[in-house]
Amino acid sequence: MTRARPDTASFVRVSRTRTERLVNLVICLLSTRRFLTASQIALTVPGYEHDPGDPRDHEAFQRKFERDKAELRELGVPLETGTSSVLDAEPGYRIARRDYALPDIPLEPDEAAAVGIAARLWRHAGLAAAASSGLAKLRAAGVDVDPDATLGVEPVVTVDAAFEPLTAAVRHRVAVTFDYRTPEDDAAATRRLQPWGVVCWRGRWYVVGHDLDRGAERCFRLSRIVGTVRRLGRPGAFAPPENVDLIRYVANWSGPAERTGRATVRIRPGRGAGVRRWAEQVRSGEDGDVAVLRYSDPEGLASWLVGYGADVVVLDPPEVRDAAVARLRRIVAVHDEASRRQVPPPAGPAEPRHDGAAKAGVA
Amino acid sequence: MATAASADRLGRLLNLVPYLLARPGIRVAEAAADLGVTERQLREDLELLWVCGLPGYGPGDLIDMAFDGDRVTITYDAGIDRPLKLTPDEALALVVALRMLAETPGMGQRDAIERALAKIESSAGELADAPVAVRLPGNDDRLATIRGAVERHRALRITYYTASRDVLTERVVDPMRVLVAAGRAYLEAWCRRAEAVRLFRVDRIDGLIELDEPAAPPPQAQPSQLSEAVFTPTPELPLVTLRVGRGSRWITEYYPCEEIIAESTEHWLVSLRAADLGWARRLVLGLDPEVTVVAPAELAEAVRGEAHAALAAYGADPD
Repeated sequence: MTRARPDTASFVRVSRTRTERLVNLVICLLSTRRFLTASQIALTVPGYEHDPGDPRDHEAFQRKFERDKAELRELGVPLETGTSSVLDAEPGYRIARRDYALPDIPLEPDEAAAVGIAARLWRHAGLAAAASSGLAKLRAAGVDVDPDATLGVEPVVTVDAAFEPLTAAVRHRVAVTFDYRTPEDDAAATRRLQPWGVVCWRGRWYVVGHDLDRGAERCFRLSRIVGTVRRLGRPGAFAPPENVDLIRYVANWSGPAERTGRATVRIRPGRGAGVRRWAEQVRSGEDGDVAVLRYSDPEGLASWLVGYGADVVVLDPPEVRDAAVARLRRIVAVHDEASRRQVPPPAGPAEPRHDGAAKAGVA
Repeated sequence: MATAASADRLGRLLNLVPYLLARPGIRVAEAAADLGVTERQLREDLELLWVCGLPGYGPGDLIDMAFDGDRVTITYDAGIDRPLKLTPDEALALVVALRMLAETPGMGQRDAIERALAKIESSAGELADAPVAVRLPGNDDRLATIRGAVERHRALRITYYTASRDVLTERVVDPMRVLVAAGRAYLEAWCRRAEAVRLFRVDRIDGLIELDEPAAPPPQAQPSQLSEAVFTPTPELPLVTLRVGRGSRWITEYYPCEEIIAESTEHWLVSLRAADLGWARRLVLGLDPEVTVVAPAELAEAVRGEAHAALAAYGADPD
């Protein structure tokens, strides 16, 4: 049953709200093949009524129309500008259907459920809003999304603040500059980069690109970017290399080394659970259990094992045993000194870290 | 300036006509719940659309709809029969989240995720050519086993490595869900021993037996709200202050730190919460040998004593 429509004559030209005017503008520009000039639009779409002869009134209309165009573009409405004939003095506007309409995406129910779950993953406010408005469009296109679907494993997706500006810069092929600070640096250094892409590798975010100051490929950890990412120069200023493998780039830079070495250690019975977990084999010996560990870097392994103090003693090879003893001697010297006099000890050389080191406990 | 609310409403209205076209005769209340607006808001939106339409704005030009009781059907769409294309941000947010799902180890229905990703990517065209690549740690059989147990709603007996105390413990847990955060997988479960909800790192679950009893987390077992960090130090934990050189400043990025003070141009005082002083002792002994303990004195003494004992165990003398 269709409700009776109010008498159109009385309200047809009265646009009650800005939103109503904008909906009518979209419908009007979608329905026209010809480009419509601003003054033609003013004569057609309710809400733009004004006296073109009155400069102040006309200027107010122009400002209103500019604001409306900006709002439509911000929403992603593809406003096309052009002229329909050589006789047209000023450019006009229209919306091409093929640029406006979401193409049909025939998602099966299990696929739609996956998209629904994906859209809920973001913990970042801006991306969460983008994902949910994207999902709203898919649902408007007829896709039904089961709100209760789960996949058994829930990833928690977080990104650093630099993620959005950097992905936008990659998309627009515009160079960026940002302040970057590693824990070893006293102050942030300004870097300039043509960004090629952003990578999530083992839960951390990186940007890969051409470093304009180093003149070479570099990758940067997003969490180390301080402050805002600023654009440098114009969009379209560079092209990333063809078929660049972003993942491999970051993996080469931060990937684990192969563990080809084998060390034998003695562990006190009932102690050193963290070391036993990594051992290839553990057997009982005369004065403790003997375990075999694989390693890549002798210094890294030694520093991790020294963490276990007297519970774990390296038997072999000498490169690991000697490194452990040297470390312990230095620790003893530094701590004996510190306990005698409360003065800062001298700075030592940087040591490589070991990934197997004890980490903050969770459970 | 367009307000966020007016832009939101315009976007919602442009979606509403195709949404209803695809679901003729839908109940207004059902549509409102589905779209996340109140029924009253939805009726106001419908009233606004009802006075919009094609130039001419006569009865045959305006968007029209039929109401049948509490059901609504669009009878004339005035040309806005499709939603707008995805914006670059929307395509990016969906595509990257789907890639995350597809890369998450132990994930069920990987096939559906991959198909959905392919369809979204092809429909969004170059927009979905997101300059974002995702690689999470490889497929984990253990994670798949745990997920299976969670799906079967079974209690588990686990052997768990507690890094803070460097011990393996046996405990019975009632699984709630499996999470992947910052590249690591966790089992969230009610721990019957601790009588609390705990996050167990899957790579520290060294043994696992599925019990012949259902998982029964008590009503007070609420899933944790995870925002940024999985491990948030609590103020009850002892505060440890270390004096570190430049080469050890990486710990400030690796562990959540309470305070970092530059003591001189080459020394920093770093304060962090330690779940256990034994853990802190292992940490300090494993760091650069020049790192010293400023506080607590008990920890400084423990580090010194343990280093002496270890040297003795090697049969080596201090220099």
